[in-house]
Amino acid sequence: MYNISLKEDLVPNIHLFKVAAPAVAKKAQPGQFVVIRIDEKGERIPLTLADWDEEEGSVTIVVMEVGTTTYRLALLKAGDSIVNFVGPLGVPTHIEKFGTVLCVAGGVGVAPIAPIARALKTAGNKVISILGARSKDLLFWEERLRSVSDELIVCTDDGSYGRKALVTEPLKEMLETGEKIDRVFAIGPSIMMKFCAKTTEPFGIKTIVSLNPIMVDGTGMCGCCRVSVGGVTKFTCVDGPDFDGHQVDWDELFARQRIYLDEEKRSLEQWQCQCGTGA
Amino acid sequence: MAKLNLNRVSMPRQDPELRGKNFNEVALGYSAEQAQAEAERCIQCPKRPCTEGCPVEVDIPGFIQALRDGNLPEAVRVLKDKNSLPGICGRVCPQETQCEAVCSLAKKGAPIAIGRLERYVADWDRGNKPSIDNSPVNPPEPSGKRVAVVGSGPAGLTAAADLAKLGHSVTLFEALHVAGGVLMYGIPEFRLPKEIVQAEVDYVTSLGVELQLDSVVGKSMTIDELLNNGYEAVFLGTGAGLPMFLNIPGENLNGIYSANEFLTRVNLMKAYQFPEYDTPVKIGKRVAVIGGGNVAMDSARCALRLGADEVHIVYRRSEVELPARREEVENAKEEGIQFRLLTNPKQFIGNDQNWVTGMECYEMELGEPDDSGRRRPIAIPGSEYIIEVDTAVAALGTRPNPIIPQSTEGLETSKWGTVIVDEVSGQTRKAKVWAGGDIVTGAATVISAMGAGKRAAADIDEYLRG
Repeated sequence: MYNISLKEDLVPNIHLFKVAAPAVAKKAQPGQFVVIRIDEKGERIPLTLADWDEEEGSVTIVVMEVGTTTYRLALLKAGDSIVNFVGPLGVPTHIEKFGTVLCVAGGVGVAPIAPIARALKTAGNKVISILGARSKDLLFWEERLRSVSDELIVCTDDGSYGRKALVTEPLKEMLETGEKIDRVFAIGPSIMMKFCAKTTEPFGIKTIVSLNPIMVDGTGMCGCCRVSVGGVTKFTCVDGPDFDGHQVDWDELFARQRIYLDEEKRSLEQWQCQCGTGA
Repeated sequence: MAKLNLNRVSMPRQDPELRGKNFNEVALGYSAEQAQAEAERCIQCPKRPCTEGCPVEVDIPGFIQALRDGNLPEAVRVLKDKNSLPGICGRVCPQETQCEAVCSLAKKGAPIAIGRLERYVADWDRGNKPSIDNSPVNPPEPSGKRVAVVGSGPAGLTAAADLAKLGHSVTLFEALHVAGGVLMYGIPEFRLPKEIVQAEVDYVTSLGVELQLDSVVGKSMTIDELLNNGYEAVFLGTGAGLPMFLNIPGENLNGIYSANEFLTRVNLMKAYQFPEYDTPVKIGKRVAVIGGGNVAMDSARCALRLGADEVHIVYRRSEVELPARREEVENAKEEGIQFRLLTNPKQFIGNDQNWVTGMECYEMELGEPDDSGRRRPIAIPGSEYIIEVDTAVAALGTRPNPIIPQSTEGLETSKWGTVIVDEVSGQTRKAKVWAGGDIVTGAATVISAMGAGKRAAADIDEYLRG
């Protein structure tokens, strides 16, 4: 059992959990993920690391409510525990001194990108970050990302905070001004990562994305998370989750993310009925 | 001596009509009378070829004699002296090619049903806990040495149990949330109930083995870290967990599973009880399972039980080359699985939603024998035709997971990714590290993995006592 030492509601439907997992904290690196299972009948889901503290033996995950597992997780609080917390899994994000790097975070993607930006900054890069959300009330960790960035641009889809824009707009403008950008990191919803990659492609700037397909074991055993990258099948869990965004077959990824839409709906409905929270 | 009885007592099984709709065990097991009658057939021949035919050298005539004498606790003790997982072996060992193949009675008639008797004794033991004393005959003297066993499948469980019985302090590391490896995620409930696997895992931990779940060795900690942190020897039994695909167009369409994924969802995550359990599995009306081994049979029979209208086994060679156990092929046929032999997929066809709708196949013919000694399947030009499917499962075999070899300096691997070891001792090219089971051989049987675990444990013991 893995104890939750802290829970914070970052925005109404996105929650932070600090979990006691010393072995994971000891090995964690930016870009890696954990696989968790909340109880004996639960599914295994992957979550990219948001932070960790080796001394404290804790790992921080940030979870958005999207399905049965995450809705149920959202009900847990400090002092509760979850049954399985495995990691760190996947290949860490490749960090080196590239020069000037752009970190683009969409929605909940700010959580995994924060430690990447921090590591890039520590490695001596000039870090420019773009943080986007649908609206002001879904935006979090602005200060946290600012603290590891040389520059931060904030935008919302509806203009309720910062600039009214999608993240791809300031991204494109920045590339057009001709400032030398050596690498782009984009994390967020798949559609946002796809369009970031499409935006940078004409400029020939390598763009790393962190994919989030469906997984089961997370150790290379099942192949559920396979994606086509440059025409070759890769397993996101062991070959990724970071890939070159220009090489990813996005449409295949979107389709594979939809495999269980019906079942996910059915599962959520059943759970909402049972616990009386049906909306 | 009594007259030879050349006919074995048949195994009661669930009716094929009924069992195709549930996940309960197919083979029901002998009653006390049936077990007694079958045990009576053993002639207790002095040559004991059966023991030699057993990869873990169970004293087969010994346990059968005890069973015949009505001394079941003694039968359990004899069995468990060499085999820590008898309930599992009694169900999934290919006895027909091992102990039973060399039984003296096999020359004249049906060999003793050793597997069924083993199962009977193991099940009796499980049903009578804790009323009987299961402790080893001679409790071990603690050696003060620590051994790490990585992977809790058949090889790891056996190595861990044997090392514990020899007095060593053993930690068993498992990546998943339950121990058992392929016994839990791979082999279906109707062939090997998970309750039985769990009971035998519990037996291994009752010997003093400390089980550490959620530990992906190679990620959570490396082999060298284990060796630098008090473990004096490491046994790798991480299996062959990496699924192979066909590498043909359309393979990433929705509805196409590796057998590993399909079986893991169904067995480990209990998708057959969705939505009570959270993990789903998608089953269409027409399912094709590609491959001819036990894993293919398991996948096909799971698909049937999950409600598919038609399930086809698609195999590129002919019936005689099917690598699955004959018994499993017969079970599958009885349940209504259809066999499309001498057939090999060329590509998958999908719709605009990226879901698989068909599989274009070649008809095959057999040519000259290949390196494996089996006749090579050759596609007949122009024979392509389309099988309509909405679910496909690739059961083409597995390779060792590269996580450990990639993260361990000095561990040498073959071009197939298997770890190179000394065949007898199981020693790898890296000091203090042994390996056995599918990580060494590629996908093989439960019992051969157990044999490798046993041999390595003996060699590790010798090394530790140096």
